[in-house]
Amino acid sequence: MKIEEIENEIIEEFEMFDDWMQKYEHLIELGKSLPLIDAKYKTENKLIKGCQAQVWLHSELKDGKVIYTADSDAIITKGMVALMIRVLSDHTPDEIMNAKLNFVEKIGLTQHLSPTRSNGLVSMIKQMKLDAIAYKIKQ
Amino acid sequence: MKESTTINKASINIEKIRADFPILSRKVNGKPLIYFDNGATAQKPLSVIEAIDNYYKTQNANIHRGVHTLSQEITIEYEKARSTIQKHLNAKHAHEIIFTKGTTDSINLVASSFGKKYISKGDEIIISLMEHHSNILPWQILCEERGAILKVIPINDAGELLMNEFEKLLNAKIKIVALTHISNTLGTINPVKEIIEIAHSKNIPVLIDGAQAVPHSAIDVQDLDADFYAFSGHKLFGPTGVGVLYGKEKWLNKMPPYQVGGGTIKTVTFDKTEYADLPLKFEAGTPHIEGGIGLATAIDYINEIGLDTIAKYEHELLVYATEAIQKIEGVKIIGTAKNKASVISFIVDGLHPFDIGTILDQLGIAVRTGHHCTQPLMQHFGIKGTIRASFAFYNTKQEIDEFIKGLERAIKMLK
Repeated sequence: MKIEEIENEIIEEFEMFDDWMQKYEHLIELGKSLPLIDAKYKTENKLIKGCQAQVWLHSELKDGKVIYTADSDAIITKGMVALMIRVLSDHTPDEIMNAKLNFVEKIGLTQHLSPTRSNGLVSMIKQMKLDAIAYKIKQ
Repeated sequence: MKESTTINKASINIEKIRADFPILSRKVNGKPLIYFDNGATAQKPLSVIEAIDNYYKTQNANIHRGVHTLSQEITIEYEKARSTIQKHLNAKHAHEIIFTKGTTDSINLVASSFGKKYISKGDEIIISLMEHHSNILPWQILCEERGAILKVIPINDAGELLMNEFEKLLNAKIKIVALTHISNTLGTINPVKEIIEIAHSKNIPVLIDGAQAVPHSAIDVQDLDADFYAFSGHKLFGPTGVGVLYGKEKWLNKMPPYQVGGGTIKTVTFDKTEYADLPLKFEAGTPHIEGGIGLATAIDYINEIGLDTIAKYEHELLVYATEAIQKIEGVKIIGTAKNKASVISFIVDGLHPFDIGTILDQLGIAVRTGHHCTQPLMQHFGIKGTIRASFAFYNTKQEIDEFIKGLERAIKMLK
């Protein structure tokens, strides 16, 4: 599935929720169901700095596609991480670099993209794209 | 005589006070705002907002310069603001009140200027484990520059300074003690008067970081005998970007200028500059004029209510919230000093402060989460951060009830 198609799927999913509580409960569920990152990647150099919640991000290139795994010690952040992985993982570096990620706004979670120091989402997206660029250069 | 005064109870007319703060009637995420982040910054009463508005509408001119009427009027007004602050702190002279950008700026001023004059290789500076980064980093840099050594007063599990350890640190190499009056993270009220007395017995000057203390208690710098006292306007219900450094005349006169430029001089030639007298020596450039006036207006406002009344009422809120919060399973309060201001830091078993803060925000409740710019303190307690609720006199017990309900709801959702 294309990145935009996955984004639309998520937007539809979130449209079912009537209020913020259901939305956050869903995010929390997503966070809990995120496959665990391999323990050997939960290291200092995989840590995305500049946020209250710690986020570890690992990526690797398989058959020309970038595969991401990640973890966070905050469950809501982990839910956001799960969404980002669902959208970006298993795509080519080019697709990832060009992803606009408009869905965050559409599902009403833009506050997580605000430039405060409280959230690692912005840094995480940046790192995911940087990884993609690095693979692209290597290719 | 309908409205007889009740002397025994903290007589706060809460409806009237809340009406003075326009922001308190707004909604956040569809819910009435509950503002418990007063430790970060306090809200502003209408009188302060109007003072700033009035300044730009009718008073704007540069101070200390022009011969024209506007400039003269505003110079008088600005210097009146300085006198208001002087009286509020019971400083001996108005020129001991230096306008700065805030607490951070005030501490940087002293670290830089006092440091240049008095700190050399091998000297020691004492701070405490519970300092805000703003009262660590200026001293740390100074120590690195001068080859001096930073010494740290340890604390006990309740978050109180270990006074015997402090006394052990004192020796002839100590050049200054820099200490917070009230911990922004723990709420601990430090025995600063006692500390100053002990330090003075060894001829060591003391700087007090009063950022968290000024909104909660009356400060008498002469009674404390503080050598320097720093605070911010915005935590005292005044504007952001303005603060105060109180310094004893004898120190300020001996210290070299910090930043230099317009306003700080008597005469300038390319060979030599003669600097102005206090306080102008330390006030380079056009100051935050409406900030100073707004701050004085804020001080007038809180003095109308009375800081003793405020302290009493806030203590009631603290006790009420502490009791309620302790009843919630899995919650642990960080900072249980006997002498505490209306600040509660806590953690919840197995949950990240960020998650709790995010859910509370959805309920319109503003708290602070994270390390509160006190990372060494977090390291001491072995935690990454806390959730902090800090109360002001416009908060109510009903708001605390809502907060407790919200907290229980957040925990249920996240567990």
